[in-house]
Amino acid sequence: MSSRRSRISEEEINELISKLQSLLPETRRRGAGRASSAKLLQETCNYIRSLRREVDDLSDRLSALMETMDNNSAEAEIVRSLLRS
Amino acid sequence: MMACHFLRALFRIQQTSTSSSSSGRSRRIRRAAYASMAYSAGTRRAWSRALLRKLRSRARLRFPRRLSRAATPQRRDMDQAQVLRKLVPGGPSMDDCKLLEETADYIRCLTTQVRLMQTVMDSISS
Repeated sequence: MSSRRSRISEEEINELISKLQSLLPETRRRGAGRASSAKLLQETCNYIRSLRREVDDLSDRLSALMETMDNNSAEAEIVRSLLRS
Repeated sequence: MMACHFLRALFRIQQTSTSSSSSGRSRRIRRAAYASMAYSAGTRRAWSRALLRKLRSRARLRFPRRLSRAATPQRRDMDQAQVLRKLVPGGPSMDDCKLLEETADYIRCLTTQVRLMQTVMDSISS
């Protein structure tokens, strides 16, 4: 792994790291600081985990909502969402 | 587009799940979410190709659980990169550069999917 790393320039890595940093939400970014790429990677891992948790959570909530709806209104809402997006 | 695929999947799930358990429906919705993410990126990205392979093998969608603090050394770059590799589909076969690129795209896609699901939630519950 380290032998492959020497072919990639430091500059490229830094560029990618700052691109990644710009994707993290503000609250998480504040602690990171430009100097600490380890911290940034850690924040990235935490962010991915929290996004996955959100997908899980929204899946549960959507499931519960869909359960309470009858077929006709479900179709209507879903079609309406489709048209709006 | 991501929205169309996901909405169509939701529609199918609504139609076909009657007495099935709530957790079964929830799992199907979750699977549809990851499927629509993978289809929207298609074969352009390593993470989406890996995810598509996983979905097509019909394997249950499992993701690595969070490691305990004791198990995760949080000091060196390489260790965090290893942790990240486990979180991004197809991660283990990527070098550092590729991993960062793929991670950025994966995060963008995840956030779009989350926003989409929130929008659907809002419009259904209003």
